[in-house]
Amino acid sequence: MFNFGGYIDLPLIWYGIIATAIFMYVLLDGFDLGVGILFPFAPSDSCRNRMMNSVAPFWDGNETWLVLSGGGMFAAFPLAYSILMPALYIPIIMMLLGLIYRGVAFEFRFKATGNARKFWDYSFHFGSLAATFMQGMVLGTFVLGIKVHGRGFAGGPFDWLNAYSVMVGIALIFGYALLGSTWLVMKTDGITQDWARKCAAYVLGYVGLFLAIVSISMPMMNTSIKILWFSMPNILFLLPIPLTTLLIFIMIWHGLHQRKEYLPFLLSIGVFLSGYIGLGISLWPWLVPFQVSFRQAAAAPQSQSLLLAGTVVMLPIILVYTSYTYFVFRGKTSDESHY
Amino acid sequence: MIGNLNPVFLARFQFAFTLAFHIIFPSFTIGLASWLAVLEWRWLRTGKTVYGDIYRMWVKIFAVVFGMGVVSGVVMSFQFGTNWSVFSDRVGNVLGPLLGFEVLTAFFLEASFLGVMLFGLNRVGRKMHFASTCIVAFGTLVSAFWILSANSWMQTPQGFRTGANGLLYPTDWMQIIFNPSFPYRFLHMVTASYLTTAFVVGGIAAFYLRCNRHVKHARVMLGMAMIMAIFVAPFQAFLGDQHGLNTLQYQPAKVSAIESIWNTRQGAGLKLFGWPEQNQETTAYAIEIPKLASLILTHNLNGEIKGLKEWPKDERPPVAPVFWSFRFMVGIGVLMILTGLIGAILFLRKRLFNTPWFHHWCMAMTPVGFLAVLLGWAVTEIGRQPYIVYGVIRTSQSVSPITGTQLALSLSAFVFTYIFVFGAGSYYILRLIGKGPGDTEKIYGAHGVEEPAILTDLAAKEGEKHV
Repeated sequence: MFNFGGYIDLPLIWYGIIATAIFMYVLLDGFDLGVGILFPFAPSDSCRNRMMNSVAPFWDGNETWLVLSGGGMFAAFPLAYSILMPALYIPIIMMLLGLIYRGVAFEFRFKATGNARKFWDYSFHFGSLAATFMQGMVLGTFVLGIKVHGRGFAGGPFDWLNAYSVMVGIALIFGYALLGSTWLVMKTDGITQDWARKCAAYVLGYVGLFLAIVSISMPMMNTSIKILWFSMPNILFLLPIPLTTLLIFIMIWHGLHQRKEYLPFLLSIGVFLSGYIGLGISLWPWLVPFQVSFRQAAAAPQSQSLLLAGTVVMLPIILVYTSYTYFVFRGKTSDESHY
Repeated sequence: MIGNLNPVFLARFQFAFTLAFHIIFPSFTIGLASWLAVLEWRWLRTGKTVYGDIYRMWVKIFAVVFGMGVVSGVVMSFQFGTNWSVFSDRVGNVLGPLLGFEVLTAFFLEASFLGVMLFGLNRVGRKMHFASTCIVAFGTLVSAFWILSANSWMQTPQGFRTGANGLLYPTDWMQIIFNPSFPYRFLHMVTASYLTTAFVVGGIAAFYLRCNRHVKHARVMLGMAMIMAIFVAPFQAFLGDQHGLNTLQYQPAKVSAIESIWNTRQGAGLKLFGWPEQNQETTAYAIEIPKLASLILTHNLNGEIKGLKEWPKDERPPVAPVFWSFRFMVGIGVLMILTGLIGAILFLRKRLFNTPWFHHWCMAMTPVGFLAVLLGWAVTEIGRQPYIVYGVIRTSQSVSPITGTQLALSLSAFVFTYIFVFGAGSYYILRLIGKGPGDTEKIYGAHGVEEPAILTDLAAKEGEKHV
């Protein structure tokens, strides 16, 4: 039985890996869920075909990051997994159902005709919308804190339903719409690109608004987060985060008006990254806020060691071939030779 | 009213429902992926378009089935936590890494190269495309390896210790991964997937032959399916026998339920028919072949088989569903072997492709593989009750702290969604079968492109309207 526990800080490393996996999921499935959110608003059916084409080779791989986040948490932090899943039972189930309705639409809509095709278009849209909204509600519930007794969830079935989590749900819809629209600016041209650019500019304002609300409300609701951010000298070290975010927003706005193609998408990733880092700092070191820390939830060191050995070998390989598939399907979707 | 429903029963029912639906798709895609790799290999080697046509038809079906497998599989990865959080907490140290390895070594591989397999032929060239097909096929097998290792560990757990807090801790990973029932269950399941696929392919080929359509393609398909039925179906019977011996050694109560034997006896008879009565501890209307159960299970006419009365009542599995599921599964296996036998005789008489009654027979056999897979899983999963980890953790002690109402609502949502969505998927698969191989109509991945994607990039030249 090998055990790296004596040499390295296993729980910390796993906290980092799970945080990275969740972030990868948010980014990657974020843009294809975003495409689904914008889907019915596209100017024409040919635009919609192109939108779908732009994510069809990737969505399955993107969603695998969700399975890695869930499966990885089960493996590395089984206690957190077994508290959070029952606590978030209904939103998780509804997210999964949403992902079913949108996932099958990739295959079904191109085999359907007439009204059936319209049906799968809406299945794609509402499935994406529901999955995103539920993920936002999960986040909202998460930051408000989870009731725990012993080693289990101790709250009620509807703890997740409140105005704050609804607000975060809506915020995430705009967030993913930003990723989706800037992705389309990058992957399409002509009418579709012009429309996507307008969408991006439109949702950008809302993303900024919601990000500001969440950033201000979190310290207001929780004194320890308030002390963390606003005491000296922390505020000096942390001030660059909101300032950088503000700068990124201005650059996206500018980039969209300069008709830049890659920059808005890359900068949108920056928006998510800065928001995610801010969230991470506020919630450190909780894995089940504000009850169970990542150290308390950690699996046995032997278990974390085994999977770490696998991750160190496999994750770089995964990143290489994931990049390879993005490389294979590079360029504008209008270039149809790859379909 | 629904608030009073038993959460353990509902959690089990929901898990069984989502799992039963899910397993249909992998048991088809494991077989299809390997078969597609063989087809593409023949296509590359011989350059015969007939293989390419068949490949292109079945890769579309593969995509639909795989898509449904993915979305129903994502559900499974969360249900350990949503429905069985106490179980997840207690066994996370042992099972977590196994499932983690499945994601790292299989899911990403399949998902990434599926994109290349479906949409990439014109981008990567035929050799790399063939490699992608092989990688996807390999990924399905790796995935089966890990998930069956995890399941088998729950059936025959070893290599762990139980801590003072009730949590399980690993002590030997090799013992955990290669637990006693794993090799048998893995081979039995992969072989079942191959046979399931073979009988679907054979049934559809027979349908084309009956209708006198796509005859050239149908002959190749039926021929390949018959090779599987002739050689692999008997091999599966052998694997099943070995699996049974292993179960007798490690889970004897399951075997006693399979045979519905209540009293320990030597030279136990094989019940062909009977009505197990759990409470009366008897099997009514039993029709027995003397000594056969002992012969099959111990390879000795007078071997001893333990009766269910050896176990306390609360440690016995429900007998009737196990007894009947097993009989139907074996019955289907016998029919598969028989099909292979008849197929071989007809082939030697050069009548395989022009014997209408046999083609009808093959058409009738199309869905039986799926049925056998579901029945087999019912045998092994019901047969290990009342335990979730055999002999260690009871199913009734594993359920999440959630209400019956939550479970009843989510169960209804799953039933509605699965029947509707996967019903639609089946309909589109039937339409693809109706179209058959070698067509050039617009469908598939082509996502709105006039010609099938893999065939041509003609549409690219026509610009925006075909996007």
